[in-house]
This record gives sequence, structure tokens and C-alpha cells, in this order.
Amino acid sequence: MTEQHSVQQANRKLIKKLSLIVVGMFVFAVGVLPPMYDAICAITGLNGKTANEAADIEDAVVVEDRMVTVQFLADTDPAMPWDFKPNIFSIKVHPGAIQKVDFHVRNPTSRLIVGQAIPSVSPAQATPYFKKTECFCFNNQELNGGEEMDMPLIFYVDPGLPKSVRTITLSYQLYDITKSTEKGAPLAAN
Amino acid sequence: MGEHHGPMKGIKRWLFATNHKDIGAMYLWFSFIMFLTGGFMAMIIRAELMYPGLQLVDPNFFNQMTTTHGLIMVFGAVMPAFVGLANYMVPMMIGAPDMALPRLNNWSFWILPFAFSLLIIAIIQSFLGIADAPNFGWTFYAPLSTKYGPASTDFFIFSVHMMGVSSIMGAVNVIVTIFNLRAPGMTLMKMPLFVWTWLITAFLLIAVMPVLAGAVTMMLTDRHFGTSFFDAAGGGDPVLFQHVFWFFGHPEVYIMILPAFGIVSAIIPTFARKPLFGYASMVYATASIAFLSFVVWAHHMFTVGLPLAGNLFYMYMTMLIAVPTGVKVFNWVATMWKGAMTFEVPMLFAIAFVVLFTIGGFSGLMLAITPVDQQYHDTYFVVAHFHYVLVTGAVFSIVAGVYYWLPKWTGRMYNIGLAKLHFWSSLIFVNLLFFPMHFVGLAGMPRRYSDYSLQFADFNWWISIGGFGFGLSQLILLWILIEVCFRKKGEPVSDQVWDGAEGLEWTLPSPVPYHSFTTPPVIK
Repeated sequence: MTEQHSVQQANRKLIKKLSLIVVGMFVFAVGVLPPMYDAICAITGLNGKTANEAADIEDAVVVEDRMVTVQFLADTDPAMPWDFKPNIFSIKVHPGAIQKVDFHVRNPTSRLIVGQAIPSVSPAQATPYFKKTECFCFNNQELNGGEEMDMPLIFYVDPGLPKSVRTITLSYQLYDITKSTEKGAPLAAN
Repeated sequence: MGEHHGPMKGIKRWLFATNHKDIGAMYLWFSFIMFLTGGFMAMIIRAELMYPGLQLVDPNFFNQMTTTHGLIMVFGAVMPAFVGLANYMVPMMIGAPDMALPRLNNWSFWILPFAFSLLIIAIIQSFLGIADAPNFGWTFYAPLSTKYGPASTDFFIFSVHMMGVSSIMGAVNVIVTIFNLRAPGMTLMKMPLFVWTWLITAFLLIAVMPVLAGAVTMMLTDRHFGTSFFDAAGGGDPVLFQHVFWFFGHPEVYIMILPAFGIVSAIIPTFARKPLFGYASMVYATASIAFLSFVVWAHHMFTVGLPLAGNLFYMYMTMLIAVPTGVKVFNWVATMWKGAMTFEVPMLFAIAFVVLFTIGGFSGLMLAITPVDQQYHDTYFVVAHFHYVLVTGAVFSIVAGVYYWLPKWTGRMYNIGLAKLHFWSSLIFVNLLFFPMHFVGLAGMPRRYSDYSLQFADFNWWISIGGFGFGLSQLILLWILIEVCFRKKGEPVSDQVWDGAEGLEWTLPSPVPYHSFTTPPVIK
């Protein structure tokens, strides 16, 4: 009888420890992995996401003897009815030189739509060196039905950009976020 | 507590089952039913792919078949079969009277029919044309499963939650049983390898099933509660889903193969009439494989754009797994070396396992090489690889285990002629089914499409013939099991059953009594 009792006690102790692993791994998956992933991506630029805040304009030296091609892509989510395109598709810049380009959007529908553009830079190792001092992607954009506008992007390429990178592609995907703004759900800026 | 002498009568015996043998048997039958269900879906897939062009089903339904075939085979057939074998065999192998937590055991089994009912309701709805079943592939990548998933994705999510709860409880039970109920003298390094591999598998299960639960929970909140874990529009990243999924997914593939190693390590020494070569190295190899499984997940993601250093790290780690796996294959071959080998049905399946699993291992090694994988990714070469390790690996080992222990369970020998027919037809058709997939994959045929370019036509016809042949061959197994288990046919067997067999389970009478080892055996 006492032996059975001690086995039960040992079982209970072991179950407690094992349950702790189970709960710990669930918390790890939901609460630790996503922020860890975001942090690693923010540091390394691995997923091509640029910073969601304006970069300081440093007195960066313009590197006159180097040229980098910057290409622009503008796409819309299938559920987003706006027309969206860059006014120029490609531009050559010197690292360190500040450049302004415009993206054109038009709301062909008859209702108000709120849009949010999500940037992505390729190749990933260029991401930390692509600095935006002003970008329409920092905020959401509102257009009434039939309205159109030019959205500005001001950027420079950090002279520290690895020598192997000669072309940077900046892609925007535009999403319809009208519903979530109505709900009052907090909007992630990026 | 009054003395009870045997099982309860009628359906109550099964509903309220706490006996490890009853629960093990239910797990095994459940997994066999799921195996036939998932197999039926594979037949639809192969019938559609027999000829180029669309003939039987529309592409959306085809996608639902590949998705649910994968889910049912992984979570409904292979995993519960191993849990069933663990339930039946682990207490008998370590000299315990039962599993340590019999009521939990009952619960972890009875959750499963409900979990799979949810999934199967979604499929039936699709058959009847009411609504789509999950159609995003068994890996349910976001945003296919979040933003674009059909309404039945929520059935799928809760179904996976329930399977996870069941697996975790089963794993806890196995660990507690092995740690606390071993007969006196049964030290850890005396345990049969099946017990060892299951102990390590159980740790993998409790480590990664919660991660799977986390992944589907995040899907659920993304779909319905306004979060954006995987939604780029809200600041999330779909690639994060792949990281979370494969952090679960890679240990999961070892969950489906480590117990297979244990079964084969029990069968080969019996019919080679030699003790297992390198017992300790087998234990350490299993543990190293389990450990490495946590640091290789991104080899499923070589094409998402990892940095060079990441690609190299995951490539080298993946190739490192070939070392402990090679140790195992070497040990099995060395056990057979100069042994007095005979080729009974379990041995036939075990030898086929060693050869064909190794082929799957080699194609895995090819896929581990990053630049090569970038060509092979998402082609039929990958389909060939994981079917070699899962069908001729995991499934063959389960069948081998059933043929090995069935006479002990029932006290009767099955029809050996039919069993040999089952083996040979399975062996020939399974290779006709999966081997040419290597060729069409290398030639560039992508997976997950209901149609293909004309140049793949002839190979696909042969693959489909192999598929139908392999599927029908499994009905022989069904008939063998019905004859032995329900029609009570077959010659009575001795307690020893196989003359080379060693281990505590063979010291028990055949058929095993309802209660075994109520007093612990003496371990020499």
C-alpha cells in the first residue's frame, strides 16, 4: 500500500514537471518566437522590412564614384481596388545622395477606402542600408471615391551598402485596411 | 476497490477502457481505419493524375484531397499506430502491470475520434458540395490558410488542437510509465530499444505539439480576432508561419520514425538469432537524432530567402543527421551479418524497411544540399523522398510490428501465405508507385497540381498503377486481421512464438492475459 502511494507521488511530481514543459513550449511558440523573429529581422533586415520610422538625415558623404540602381515595384492586394504605380520605375543614385520619388494612387470606386502600403527590400542584405526620411508607408492613406494623388518617398542609400549590391528593389504591397480602421483596431505602422 | 477479474461487458469495455491492451487495440484499429480513409483519398489523387488534363475532379477538390490525405495519414494513421503499439507493448516490455495513468489514457484515445470527425465533416461537406474542405496543403502555410482559407479551416484548427491534446497526454503517459513503473532491475540501459525510442519520441512530442497548437492558435486569432501574426498588411510576416510550423514539423518527422527504429531493432535480432549489434550506440544515435531535429527546421525553407550563413548552417546540420542514422543502418546490417537468418513475414518487412528507408534517407541527403534543393523544391522528388521514409519507413515498420506481435496478442498465427502475398505485392507496387516520382521530380514536375505537362504522362500512368496496386494490397492485411481477430482463425501459438525472440513480452502466455505482470518479473 505504501509502495503504491509513493509511486503515485512520484507520478504526480513527474506530471507536474512535464506539464510545465508543455505550457512553456506553448508560451514559447506564441509569446517568444514572433517577437524574437521580429527583433532578428529588424536587426538584420532579413525579411526585407525597412524601418517604420523616418531615418535621420546624416551629413552623409555622397559617394560620387559609385552608382546604385533602385527599382520600384507597386502591387495591390487582390482585395484592394486602387490603381497603384510608381511614377518612375527605376533610378540610378549615388550612395548618400537624397532622392525623392512619387507613387501614384487612384481610387476608382465610389466609396472611401483606407490603404496601407507595406514595403519590402530585396536583396535582404541591403535592407538596413535603405534609409527613408519620408514615406507614405509610415501612415495609412485615405482616398474618397474617384480621388487620386501622388505619394512621396524620400530616401537615400547608406554608403555602407555592401559592395556586391548594385541593384536594390523596393516593393510596395498596398492593402485595403478600411475595415480594421473602422473597428478601431490598433494599426501597426508597418 | 473490489477485485475485478476481467473486462466489462459489451460497449462499456471500450468506452470506459483503462486497460493498456484494450486501449492499444483501439488505437491500432483507429489508425488502420484512418489509413484506409487516407488511402482512399490517395486513390482519388492517383486516378486524377493517371492521365494529363482534368478528368475526374476539379482542381479545388484535388487540393482538398492532397491536404486531407496528408493530415489524416500523419496525424490519424502513423502517429496513433505508434501510440497504440506503445500502449500495448511498453508495459509488457518493462514488466509493468499497465500504463501509469490509465484514465488519462482512456481520455487521450477517445479525443481522437472527435478530432477526426471534425476534419471528416469538412470533407463530407465538400463531397456533398456544401462547402470547401481545407485546401491549402497539409503544411497549411499562411496566408493560404489564414486570409484565403475556406470557412472549414476553423474545423481544421480545432481538430488539430484536439489531436495535439491527445498526443501530449499520450506522451506524458509513456514518460511517466517508463520512469516510474519499470520492474526492479530493469535499468534504463537494459530497456528494449522500442522503449528507448518511444521515451525519446515522447519527449519530442511534449516539446513540439504545443508549438503546433501555438501555430494554429495564431492562425485562429489572425482569422477572427484581428491579430496580424502572419498578415503582412497588419505588420506580420507569412514567413514567420513557416518558421513556427517547421520548428514543430521537423521534430514531428522524427516522431514518426524513431519508434519505427525501435520496432525494427526488436525484429532483426529475433530472426537473425543474434543480439542487436551496438545497443548503446543505438540509444545515443536516437538521442542525437532527436537533439539535431531542433536545429534543422529551415532546410524546408531554403527557397524563402534565408541569408547565406543561414542556408549553410541548416545544410550542415541536416547532413550531420546522416551520421547517427548511418550508425543505425550499420548496426542493423551488422546484426544480420553472419546471423542464422530466416525470413518470416515480420523479418521481410523489417529488411524492406532497412533498404527502402535508406533510399529515402539518401534522397533526403540530396535535398539537404541547398543549391540542389533550390531545384528540387516543391517537385515530385520531394514527394518521392518523404513517401519513402513514411510509407516504406514508418508504415512498413508498423506492419512489421503488427505481424511480429499479433500472434502474442491473439494467441493465434495469422495466415502466413496471405501475409507473404501482402508483403510481396506491397513491396512491388510501392516501388512502382514512388520510385518513378524521383524521375518526374528531377525532370521538374511540380507537386500539388491536378494536371501536368505531357512529357510526364507515361511515368504518371505507371505511378497510378503502382498506387492502385499498393492500395488494394492493404485489403489483404485487412482480411488477415479480420480472420485472426474476429473470426478467431489460425493455429494456436506457443508463448515464445518466434524461437529467436527475446524480451519480457515473450515470457507471458499467448494470448496475453488481460492483466499481466501484476507482480513484477525478476530481471536477470
